[in-house]
Amino acid sequence: MAHNRRDFLKTLASSSAVFTVGPGLLSTKAFAADDILVGGIHDLSGGLDLYGKPMADALVLAAEEINANGGLLGRKIKLITQDPQSSMQQYTQIAQKVALGDHVAVVMGGMTSSSREGIRPILDKTKVLYFYNTQYEGGVCDRDIFCTGATPAQNLAHGVPEVIRKFGKKIYIVAADYNYGQIVSSWVKKYASDNGGEVIAIDFFPLDVSEFGATIQKIQAAAPDQVFSALVGGAHLSFYRQWAAAGMNKKIPIASSTFSHGQEEVVLSAAESDGIITLASYFESIDSPANKEFLAKWHKRFGADYPVVTEFAAATYQGMHLWAEGVKKAGTTNRMKVIEALETGISFDGPSGRVTIDPQTHHCYWTARLAVCKDKRFDILDVWPDQPPADTQAVCDLTKNPKDDQQYVIRF
Amino acid sequence: MNFVFAASIEVVTGIATLMLVVLGLSIIFGMMRVINLAHGEFLMLGAYTTITATNHGANIFFSILVVAPIVVGVIGLLVERIVIRRLYGRIVDTMLATWGLSLVFIGVVTTIFGNTTEGISSPIGPVTIGNISISGYKFFIIGVTASALLGLWLLLKKTRFGLIARATMQNRDMVAAVGVNSDRIYAVTFALGAGLAGLAGSVLAPIMGIVPTMGAVYVAKAFITVIGGGSAILIGTISASAIFGAVDRITSFATTPVIGEVALLISAIILVRLLPQGITGRFFRGGI
Repeated sequence: MAHNRRDFLKTLASSSAVFTVGPGLLSTKAFAADDILVGGIHDLSGGLDLYGKPMADALVLAAEEINANGGLLGRKIKLITQDPQSSMQQYTQIAQKVALGDHVAVVMGGMTSSSREGIRPILDKTKVLYFYNTQYEGGVCDRDIFCTGATPAQNLAHGVPEVIRKFGKKIYIVAADYNYGQIVSSWVKKYASDNGGEVIAIDFFPLDVSEFGATIQKIQAAAPDQVFSALVGGAHLSFYRQWAAAGMNKKIPIASSTFSHGQEEVVLSAAESDGIITLASYFESIDSPANKEFLAKWHKRFGADYPVVTEFAAATYQGMHLWAEGVKKAGTTNRMKVIEALETGISFDGPSGRVTIDPQTHHCYWTARLAVCKDKRFDILDVWPDQPPADTQAVCDLTKNPKDDQQYVIRF
Repeated sequence: MNFVFAASIEVVTGIATLMLVVLGLSIIFGMMRVINLAHGEFLMLGAYTTITATNHGANIFFSILVVAPIVVGVIGLLVERIVIRRLYGRIVDTMLATWGLSLVFIGVVTTIFGNTTEGISSPIGPVTIGNISISGYKFFIIGVTASALLGLWLLLKKTRFGLIARATMQNRDMVAAVGVNSDRIYAVTFALGAGLAGLAGSVLAPIMGIVPTMGAVYVAKAFITVIGGGSAILIGTISASAIFGAVDRITSFATTPVIGEVALLISAIILVRLLPQGITGRFFRGGI
C-alpha cells in the first residue's frame, strides 16, 4: 500500500502539474513510510574530534547492523550525520535543523556536558527523543533524555575500596580543574573515608598546565600510599611522563578514572604507562564473546589498523541498540511510547557487558572494571557487573516526579 | 634538607626553562623589534621535529641539539625572506602577519600529525638524592640553557657577525652605508632567533605532551619576560627569567601551579610599573 502511494506521489511530483499538492502530502508521511531517521551529532573536526570520531563510527556500525538484520519495524534506519566542529553555536543550530528540518526520530550525540546542556532544551521543546552516550559527571534529571554513559559513582564505588586494599590508605589526588575533576575528587574522598582510607591532599590543574615538577616533589614529600589521577587531555599527559622521568612510577602507584579515555596509553611509552590502574567500564581487552564480535565487526568495517575503540564508542553503540530495543518493544517511533517502553528497564548485552536502563533516572546500570596498564594494553583485574548510577539516583526520581527537568549538582 | 635541595633544583630548572623559551624571542622581538606572535609555534615545530627525527631512528640528543634548531632555523629564514622582511618597522602589520603564520603552522601540523597528543620519553633516568628522586633530565635542561646563553654571548660580543648584527639593529642605514648587506644580517638574525625557539621546543619535547596548539601556553609568558627584561637582550632575559621563574616555582611549591602563574603575572605587572623600561632600563645599562 505505502509503496504504491509513494510511487504514485513520485510520478505526480515529477509531472510538474501537481506541484501545489506536493508539499502538504510529501512532508512527513512520505518519509515516515520509508526510513527511520536518526540524527547523529558528534564532533568530527576541531579540538574534540579525537573523542567524536569513534562515536560517530559506532553509530554507523550499529545502524548498519540493525539494517542488515531487517531494520526496525520493517523499516531501514537512515543516519543524518552532522559535525558541530567542536563549537557550541553549531550544536544548537544543528539540533534545530535535525529536529525541525529532518524530523528525526531520535538524536544521538553531544560530547561535553556543555554541548549536552546546549541541545537538551532544544530537543525538549521540539519533542525529539535524545540519547547522550558519554561518560559524564552525573545529575541530569529529565524524562526526555537518556544518559547511557557511566557516571563517577559507578566506576568508583568498588574501584576506590579495591585500590585502598591493594596499595594503602593514604591517597593524594591530582585532578583537572573543572566540574568533572571536582566531582570525581569528591566521590573519591567519600568512598575513601567510607572504607577507612584518607585523602591527604587534592591538587587541581587547569587543562593547559603541563609542568608538574613542583607537584611531583610535593607528592614525594607527602609520601602517600597512592596517587589518584583525574587528569584530562594532552597537556596533563605530561604528568605521567614527568612522573616516570623522576622514577616515581617505580615507587608510588597511580590509579585513575580518566586514563585511557584520551588514549594516553597509546602516546606514552610502555615503560611510562606500565602499572597504572584504570577504573573504567570498557576496554578493548574485555574477554567476552560480545566484545570480540563487536571488535571483529568494527575492524572489518573501519580497518584493522583503527587506533583504539574507546569507551565512548562502545557506549554510543550500546545507546543506539538500547533505543532500537525500545522502538521494537513500543512498536512505534512515537517519542512518548518509546520512552515508556525504555522505562520498563530494557537491557542490551553489549561489548561492555549488560547495560540496563534505570527507569528512575534514565541512566544505565553499567559494568565497572579495574584494569592495569601493561605494554600499552589493559589487563582487567576486577569486574563488578550491574553498577547503579548511585550518584544520580540520590537526587533524581523521574518515576515520582516525571516533570523534573534540570541537572542536579550532587553535594556532599 | 633533601627536600630543600630537590626544591632548589626545581626552581633552577624553572628559571632555566623560562630562559630557554624566551631566548629566541629576545632576539626577534627584543633586538629586531618584530612582534613575533608565532614564537610559540616555532617552539611547537621544534618539538615535532625532535619527535619525528627520533621516531625515524635519529639519536635523541642529536635530534634535540642539532636537527630541531637547524630545521626551525631554516623555516625562520624562509619566513623572514617571504613575509617578515617586507614588514620591518610596521609593528601592527608584523603582529597580524605572524599571528596568521601561527595559525598556518598549527593548521599544517594538525593536517600532518593530527590533533592528537604526541611525545617521546625522557632519555635520562631519575637521580636519587637521599629519599627524593628527581628527573635527571632537569640537569640536562639547565646545562643546555647555560650553554645557549654562553654561546649567544660569545657570538654577539666576540665575533664580527655579532658586532655587525647589533649595529644593524641600532642603525640600519649607517651599517648599509659602510658596505654591509643589512638584508642578509636581518635574515640571519631572524633565523638565529627561530632556531633558538626550535631548540627550546625540542628540549621540552621529552617532558611535555606535544599538541599542535602547545605554543599558546608559552607565547604570553615569553613576551612578558622579554618586556620585563628590557633592552639588553641577554642580561635582560637572564634577570627577568630569574625573577619570574623563581616567583612561579616557589609559589607553585607553596600552593599550586595555578597560583604560581598568577604570582608570575602579578610580579610582572609590578615590575613593569616600577621599571617601565624593563630591568635593564635601570640596571646593567649598556650590557648585551
